[in-house]
Order: sequence, then structure tokens, then C-alpha cells
Amino acid sequence: MSANADPAPPLRKTALNATHRALRAKMVDFGGWEMPVEYSGLIAEHMAVRTAVGLFDVSHMGDIQLRGPGSLAAVQHLCMNDASKLATGQAQYSAMLTPDGTFVDDVLLHKLSDNDYLIVINAGTREKDVAWVRSQIGSMPSIHISDYSYYYTQLAIQGPKAEATLQKLTDSDLSAIKTYWFSYGKVCGLHNVLIARTGYTGEDGFEIYIPSDEPTSARVWNEILDAGAEFGILPCGLGARNTLRLESAMALYGHEISDTINVFEANLGRYAKLDKGTDFVGRAALTAIQASGGPQRRLVGLEMIERGIGRDGYPVCTVAGERIGAITSGSPAPFLKKNIALAYVPVQFAALDEIVAVEIRGQLVKARVVPTPFYKRPKKST
Amino acid sequence: MAYPADYRYTKEHEWISAEGAAGTVGITDYAQNSLGDIVFVDLPKVGDTLEAGKIFGSVESVKAVSDLFSPVSGTITAVNDALKDAPEQVNADANTTWMLKLDLTNPAELDALLSAEQYEAFIAEETEH
Repeated sequence: MSANADPAPPLRKTALNATHRALRAKMVDFGGWEMPVEYSGLIAEHMAVRTAVGLFDVSHMGDIQLRGPGSLAAVQHLCMNDASKLATGQAQYSAMLTPDGTFVDDVLLHKLSDNDYLIVINAGTREKDVAWVRSQIGSMPSIHISDYSYYYTQLAIQGPKAEATLQKLTDSDLSAIKTYWFSYGKVCGLHNVLIARTGYTGEDGFEIYIPSDEPTSARVWNEILDAGAEFGILPCGLGARNTLRLESAMALYGHEISDTINVFEANLGRYAKLDKGTDFVGRAALTAIQASGGPQRRLVGLEMIERGIGRDGYPVCTVAGERIGAITSGSPAPFLKKNIALAYVPVQFAALDEIVAVEIRGQLVKARVVPTPFYKRPKKST
Repeated sequence: MAYPADYRYTKEHEWISAEGAAGTVGITDYAQNSLGDIVFVDLPKVGDTLEAGKIFGSVESVKAVSDLFSPVSGTITAVNDALKDAPEQVNADANTTWMLKLDLTNPAELDALLSAEQYEAFIAEETEH
């Protein structure tokens, strides 16, 4: 066992910090935030989300609102997906790109009304993102940019029993909210709460945005845990959030995506609408990459076929030992009970069933390129 | 959880219990708790020799991998093979779930290790950071 204790600057806390501590959560530094990594145990929390329901505090995520008659034009310039396709009440996965076609951040864009959009951004990139948005669209006409990151406590209720749990606390008909759509309703007595059928676990579920004062945040958190008790709800930390999103092969900023990785390399080209009719930051670079025959390396899913766990940063090699890439996220997969990883490799090694080796502490351990997502939730049998 | 008074401890969070030259090694409750759900324990073979303070294996949880350091020098006489299929036993009871037994080269090396009281003071300090 090796210890490490490096001095760090003071961490930011969500409104639920004391609540997490009261639940005896293990707290860690995540992107400058002191966040719960696990409560009862990572595997139990992961399994609760796959088989029942789990509750996450994701208030460290940021929220930027764009308002005004120019907001659609601004969003179209800022983000790679086609926001003109969104109806009011609909959300879409998108990304803000650099002029090189690499990632400033991936985002979830919500259309609140014709002249009103909410962009949900990552925790570790909040300040950078807000500055980026202001620099890219701040001078456009008829647009008002607001950073509402501190105004919301964001809770994620995820799992096959998420709807049954949350339905007990709201008068909104949750079954009417489709995946990647949202509505407003009364939740725990709070009016006009944004209820989105979104998440980062590969499971059905909801994300709600409530006022960020401590008493309200703690009250709603506890009422959700009480409502889910009959289904076996567990409070879940960032540990389970990471393994759940990895099984579902969802990108994490700083791992699968960053400002040195372009959209095509990350396999996210389907969200880049090059022909949406308006230019956007990064479009020219993406067009050039496409014209030159596509990316040289690509993100692939790996499954370890020999004993060993490939982890973040471990080199990926040919079976002969020549280094060709690296793992961006790797872990045991608690639900699949396999050791899985996402990794960048040159395109000639990216075909399904290609055998490569992961260098694990000096040893070459074989892995196979497999389809992603590793896990896909079963279709509803209604 | 209490740390047995008749064990000796390392600052890398291993324990050793010894009778004469026969030693038994595991990791502490603090270590298993820090790691979380343990899914893999990589241990050497019977007959291998260990050197005090050197890495002899690793233990992996879902979220992390950690090296195992030998508290003393010696030759391995037994390895807990049950951990191959049930590594979570370490989480369930770190104090009694042993990893390997060894024949100590020099039992006097034990004197350089921490007592239970010293170890508890050490982890109290680590937790404060």
C-alpha cells in the first residue's frame, strides 16, 4: 500500500456537503470540488442503478443560460449539433469545439423556449466554459448570457425504478416525458422544477434542478431517499457514476475528450452537423479532417481477455509490445463483470476483434477490441 | 475496527503477525476501507523470497490499484489462494484475511515496524490531511 497526501487548495462544496458527510460518504477532490466518491460501496451503488434506483448529487455541473432573440443563432455558432431541430422541452447532446475541431467541453443543450436555452456543462471546466461562451458569442446581437451554476442543486435519479420513485414526489405525469425531453412540475412542494429525462448512467432516469440553498437541497435529497426506500434506493457517488458511464461508453472530459482530441477521433461525428446551414466554431477543421480521409486514431472499446485490469493512462501496445496508444478510462465493470477500457489506437488497430495488449505495470496483457457501448439497457417491455 | 495489539504494522498499511520465525501478512482495515470494493489480489508464489520494504504484489479495487510492500524479509511458505476467487474477503475482515505466510530471515526486523498504537496514531494523522 502506498500513501499519498499532497496539499491541495480549498475545495468547493455543494449544498449537500453536510448531508453526504452525515451519510458517511468518502469524499474526494473532483475537478476542484469535494464530492462523495462512495457511500455504502461502489459495486452496491452501481448495481442499485442497474437493477433498481440510485440518487446522485451532481450540483458541481455548471449551467449557462442564453436568452434573447439572438439565442438560437448564438447556440448554432457555439455548438456542433443542430439546435434548430430542437422543440421546446427537448434536450440534445452537443459540444463546444475549438477552431481545431477539438473539445472545449461536451454539453447537454435544453431548449426552454424559442429564445431561451440552457447549456449544462462539466464541473472541471466551468470557468473555462463560461469564459469561452462569452468570448465566442458575447458580441453577437440580441443575446444575454447568464451563469446560473450556483443557483441550482442538480440531482440525478437513475435506474429502472427512477420513475416510480420520483412519481411519488411530483404531480407531473413522468411517463409522458420521453427520453431527452423535459418538463416543469411541482416536486416536493417546489413549483416549476425542471424535470429532465436525462442522465449519465446508461439507465433510464431523471435529472432535476432545484434551488441551491442548503435546507431545500437537503430536504429534497432526503425525500427522494425516503420515496425510493421501498425499491432499495442507494445514494451513489462519483465512483459508481464513473463505472456506470464507462459501461455505457459515455465520454468524460479530460479522458475520452479534450482540447487535443477531435470529434471524429472520439466517434462523436454523428453529433457534428456540418450541413446544418450555419457555420460553427470548429466546422472548417472538421470538414478538412473529413476531406483528408478521416482521423488517424480512434476511440475503441477494449475487453481484457487475460487476467489484469487496464486503467486510465496505461499504454496500449501491439501483441509484440510496440506502443500504439493509451487507455483513457479503464476499470472492472461491476454489472458486466468484465475488465473493460476505452482507448485511443491508430485506425488500423481499431477493427472489431483486433487483439492488442495493455501494458500493465511492465506486463503485456491481451485485450480484444469490442463493440461499444459495452452495456445497453434492456428495452422497456410495456 | 480495532487493530490487534499483537500484530506489527507498516506505514504502507500491511500487518504482520509472527510467532518466532513464522509470519503471516495481510493489509489493514484502514487500507481495505480506503481502497473500497477489492476485486483482484496479485500475489507471488510459494518459495519466492521477499525483501523488507520491497513490492511483493498488488491489490486492486474497482477504482484503484495499490502496491503491497513486504514488512520483513523472508521466504514464502503459503499463499492464500482463496483470494483468487473471493478477494472481497479482505473487505469483510482485513484483520484475519491473510495474504501470505513466510519464514522470516531475520525476526529482529519486526522491531522496526509500528505497534498497533503507533499505527493508529499514524493513520489518524493521515486522515487529517
